[in-house]
Amino acid sequence: MKGVAITGMGIISAIGNSVEENYASLLNNKTAITTIENISTVHSDLRKVGEIKKTNQELADELQLSADNNFSRTAMIGAIAAKQAVQDAGITSINEYKTGLISATSVGGMDMTERYYYDYFEKPETIKYISCHDGGDVAQKIADELGLKGMVTTISTACSSAANAIMLGARLIKSGKLDRVIVGGTDALAKFTINGFKTLMILSDGYNMPFDNDRKGLNLGEAAAFLVLESDEMVAKENKKVLARVSGYGNANDAFHQTASSENGDGAFLAMEKAFQVSGLKPEEIDYINVHGTATPNNDLSEGRAIVRVFGEKNIPDFSSTKPFTGHTLAAAAAIEAVYSVLAIQNNVVFPNMNFKTPMEEFNMIPQTTLKQKNIEHVLSNSFGFGGNCSTVIFSKSE
Amino acid sequence: MRKTYINGVGCISAQKTFDTIFLEEAIINETANVLPLEIPVYKDFISPTAIRRMAKGVKNGIVASALAMKEANTETFDAIITGTGMGCIDDSDKFLRALIDNNEEFLTPTSFIQSTHNTVGSQIALGLQCKAYNFTYVNGSVSFESALLDAKLQFDENEASSILIGGIDEMNDYTASLFKLAGFIKQDNESPYKVLNSTTKGVVYSEGATFFVLEDKKQDHSYAEVLDIEIINKLQVNEVEAKIIDFLKSNSLQISDIDAVILGFNGDVETDVFYRKIAENCFKNTQQVYYKHLSGEYNTASAFGLWVGAKIIKTQQIPEILKVNSVEKPDYKTILLYNQYKGIDHSFTLISKC
Repeated sequence: MKGVAITGMGIISAIGNSVEENYASLLNNKTAITTIENISTVHSDLRKVGEIKKTNQELADELQLSADNNFSRTAMIGAIAAKQAVQDAGITSINEYKTGLISATSVGGMDMTERYYYDYFEKPETIKYISCHDGGDVAQKIADELGLKGMVTTISTACSSAANAIMLGARLIKSGKLDRVIVGGTDALAKFTINGFKTLMILSDGYNMPFDNDRKGLNLGEAAAFLVLESDEMVAKENKKVLARVSGYGNANDAFHQTASSENGDGAFLAMEKAFQVSGLKPEEIDYINVHGTATPNNDLSEGRAIVRVFGEKNIPDFSSTKPFTGHTLAAAAAIEAVYSVLAIQNNVVFPNMNFKTPMEEFNMIPQTTLKQKNIEHVLSNSFGFGGNCSTVIFSKSE
Repeated sequence: MRKTYINGVGCISAQKTFDTIFLEEAIINETANVLPLEIPVYKDFISPTAIRRMAKGVKNGIVASALAMKEANTETFDAIITGTGMGCIDDSDKFLRALIDNNEEFLTPTSFIQSTHNTVGSQIALGLQCKAYNFTYVNGSVSFESALLDAKLQFDENEASSILIGGIDEMNDYTASLFKLAGFIKQDNESPYKVLNSTTKGVVYSEGATFFVLEDKKQDHSYAEVLDIEIINKLQVNEVEAKIIDFLKSNSLQISDIDAVILGFNGDVETDVFYRKIAENCFKNTQQVYYKHLSGEYNTASAFGLWVGAKIIKTQQIPEILKVNSVEKPDYKTILLYNQYKGIDHSFTLISKC
């Protein structure tokens, strides 16, 4: 199976403001888990994050937004990444073909809501932000920035959201509903999520250590990434360069607990199994797994067990979590990691799983801890979210 | 290519849409700018401990989905797909308020856990132990239509034979006060709030949960077949007619084939022109139906609209309370629904008698 062509990518994250900058950071072990600067929170000294070191004003200037704009930070970083992706794909006339936008977010405009929660009634100049709270507003702003008029929707399934946006986009292309579609996700840091994850006691007080026996939790991050998917007809007609292909995808529900993963990773297992079915690939053909690997005790154990079930403990391909670089960027995570998966395929490289020291005692799974050059044909990327939402996307080299 | 049949419906709304046939007890409330919900007896569907823990939207979603499953006589699904414009606002509000009021200290996780947009879909999956595909769409007034489109795509591609879809939105006092401040909800002193021929900005808001069991097999109890669905982010008022003609043409239909058109009139003087223009032109000889005077406006109110459409086809009658004009049809075979909110997120849904 050939899969759906990826013709453009854009990204802004803690480790870089473009695809090139992100790749350079991944090659040079340049992680970016730091003290938060753009949000004032009482937890800033104890909980490090993966933050984009640009103020809202700097982001607004970059987008050349007028002073009366009501963009949330989520919408701004989303628009920046989506514009890069469209430019990278060489799209100039966005409504010329059936073109859609499938965005993903979990916090939406919460960063503004939490800032102005009580101010709305006192300061008339803040009222403009009331309408930017919901997830759809983020996609609307991105569509407006791109000048896109066609199908626009948003998926919000917590931390698997962007994987599901990629999945829907690929299905819309395959079915012929769309000729091309911009898919991805965006989430800015917010006190809401910092405190929410803190109450669940899954935030690390140091640096996240995926698949380490002594892992203590995750670092939150903020980022946005979008990819352009196009039909083969479009690729042929416009002689497009194909960066890689979306060859498989699957979504399943763990149906175990609202926020915890099941012990044996049933949902994760099913998601990977479905992705193999769609792609027609076999587990032994996977060269690299970009794991969800949030470094919470629960996720890595559950995901690890599911991987053992799918691949067999002795046959697990090279794997790593890139969250020590960026932090866990929630609804955007799968889009960030989709860009990294494509970079792995393009450059034949496995990115290192930083901060790893001690193998987990439950199974024999050692992540790749240094940069490794090798031929990469297929990358499997996992993303799991609250509500038992489990998603897998497989990316493949284009012939 | 499998067909998509509506084989069960469940609706919790500002009207008595459970324990009734088709709006025979409906009441037009023109004095409230936020319509209160007709609340079902939760304990018939949910355990008492869960009732205390769950937010209103989650409870309504569970009840509406249970009603739809009961009608369709199935609890096995290849996918559960929900749409919600605002998500679980009551829980996010609770968590946010506690966070701000206590300067980020002394917080408990419950409301944070339940604030995630996919809470309803995942709670239903958890209850049914359904490990299938589970998506939630959050995109203003096409949140529900995105779920419907996703489901239809799965039937079209022979990937599913039974899918549960639903639209859920909550309203609470704080959000209502913000929406009044921003002018999204009509001002307190402007009643009576009429939906047709309104002269004021904003809408009467409400909330609700509407679920549908979709299957590829026609049953004796089937309501209607879903023929097609399209979502478009931006249209100008004068582009809507051409878009509809195009949409119908791609289904080998024309305007004269439409037995009734269900329009999303919501009383916002600035954007009802999208409906009025086609009502006065291409659909002037077509029976026109509206429903937001009964359901109120909310991001997934259009799911209530589809519920109305399904009921019209099944009962082959249109209650007087829903009629916009006096054009009558002897039977209702093909129905078109058109909805938008604030002039964006347009959707076209086509259903037919099966």
